Amino acid sequence: MNEILRGVAEAVRLIATGDPALREIVLLSLRVSGTALLLSTVTGVPLGALLGLSRFSGRRLVTAVLYTGMGFPPVVVGLSVYLMLSRSGPLGQLDWPLVPTLFAPAAMVIAQSIISFPLVAGFTMAAVMGVDPQLRRQIESLGATRVQNALTVLSEARVGVLVSIIAGFGSIISEVGAVMMVGGNIEHRTRVLTTAIVLETRKGNFDLAMAMGAILLSLAFLTNLAVLLFQGRMFDR
Amino acid sequence: MLTAVANGNNTLGKLVGGCKRIPNSFLLISLALAASLFACSSRADLPLAPSGAAEDPVGSGDAAAQPAEPQKLTLATTTSTENSGLLGYLLPHFEEEYGVRVDVVAVGTGQALQLGRDGNADVLLVHARAREDSFMAEGHGVRREDVMYNDFVILGPAGDPAGIRGQSNAAEALERVAQAEAPFVSRGDDSGTHTKERAIWEAAGVEPGGDWYLSAGQGMGAVLTIADELQAYTLSDSATYLARTLEGIELRILVEGDPILFNPYGVIAVNPTKGAHIQASLADTLVDWLVALPTQERIAQFGVAEFGAPLFTPDSAAWHRVHAIDAD
Repeated sequence: MNEILRGVAEAVRLIATGDPALREIVLLSLRVSGTALLLSTVTGVPLGALLGLSRFSGRRLVTAVLYTGMGFPPVVVGLSVYLMLSRSGPLGQLDWPLVPTLFAPAAMVIAQSIISFPLVAGFTMAAVMGVDPQLRRQIESLGATRVQNALTVLSEARVGVLVSIIAGFGSIISEVGAVMMVGGNIEHRTRVLTTAIVLETRKGNFDLAMAMGAILLSLAFLTNLAVLLFQGRMFDR
Repeated sequence: MLTAVANGNNTLGKLVGGCKRIPNSFLLISLALAASLFACSSRADLPLAPSGAAEDPVGSGDAAAQPAEPQKLTLATTTSTENSGLLGYLLPHFEEEYGVRVDVVAVGTGQALQLGRDGNADVLLVHARAREDSFMAEGHGVRREDVMYNDFVILGPAGDPAGIRGQSNAAEALERVAQAEAPFVSRGDDSGTHTKERAIWEAAGVEPGGDWYLSAGQGMGAVLTIADELQAYTLSDSATYLARTLEGIELRILVEGDPILFNPYGVIAVNPTKGAHIQASLADTLVDWLVALPTQERIAQFGVAEFGAPLFTPDSAAWHRVHAIDAD
């Protein structure tokens, strides 16, 4: 119990003093997970909309793959990305400048994009399917093109889409298995909040570990709150 | 969960007014938070030490005579003894002989000592002599024995860009690595190996830092993987390194044999005043067993079949009494 209280006190102190080491770790966490989220959003939202709106052969299969992906263990994603990018792996062997090296932030971004993509696409699909089908028939009868139709439905389902993005973010900002494996938890380079928590726990620095846990939780909470407040303003106008 | 989102969204889509939005925002916040919390709890694999449950300490060490369910002993140890496979090779014999289950918590020496300090482990098998001594001096342990030793080695890529191959002085070798600014992967986890590495840097008069010095904060196995992948230098205990050569590692031993690279392991029985859950007499039995001649002989045999040489050298008082004549 003492450790938890001391951890919270330490968290407040670290934030209040703007500890530079901590700031570096928090910023890298946000940069990596933010970039990964951006990638999975620009690919996942269109795919989710497509799956939710159209009927084509193989759609069920794609959906099943997507749902499986939503529960995919991050460590397995990490391991796969690791084996691909390793010096002896199929991509690492190519030695192309575009292929990121292991133990660099770009490798972590790839792993986290793969983890969050099914969540964004799957939740978007569910949100789009939840839009009243009457609405689609109505705008179709008004002569809307397919793209206009999709955009209208997406805008109608915007809260659900937003939730899909938040869920994607929640899944990667708190993820430790994949970033540990492909990032390597290297100080000043690839150390993010989750891997730093594991390290400080291993070192027996429970205060500091708990402090970073509190910061991670607050970060997830604030991000969700900010996005939802922003969304609320868009509605109320 | 999917249904919840779809329903929530459906309701929201139909809402145009502002006042009824609050409950929905709440729904969404809690939903998203629940998602991230769930992710937290299922994905964080922090090593937590199981404590010795509520069993009463046994009066006599003769646990084998008791038909009751097996008792549990928690051994906190360094990653090297676990990663090299030594404990998996030794402990089943102890478990069978005494009818005890030994739970191994493999962490850095720093955390192993902390686990002992907090009363979360009954026995510690660690390798950082100075820190073991202060642990004993602070009264956290009741007994400390030498068990075995092995050597640290400086590993690097076959190309050896810093040119340290065959150096007899470990500190000079690391100084060259620093001068060449060749990548070096450090454990950076406050472990026994990390403690040793810092001691060598200190002997070299170098404060390592900069782009070439990578502090990984992970166990020996992970650090070997990283160093191998990045073609970097690193410091490892020879046992973990040799065990890894079976799985194909490109790193080579470049420097070995300097007395500073000596790596002794000690076993400590945690002070039973930490709580009634500490298995004092069982812990004592395990310590006796580890330093006893039959176990020491087993340690001397470990790895011989695979590597042609033992990974650890026995070092207990009992061993030395018998082998004193052989020495030199």
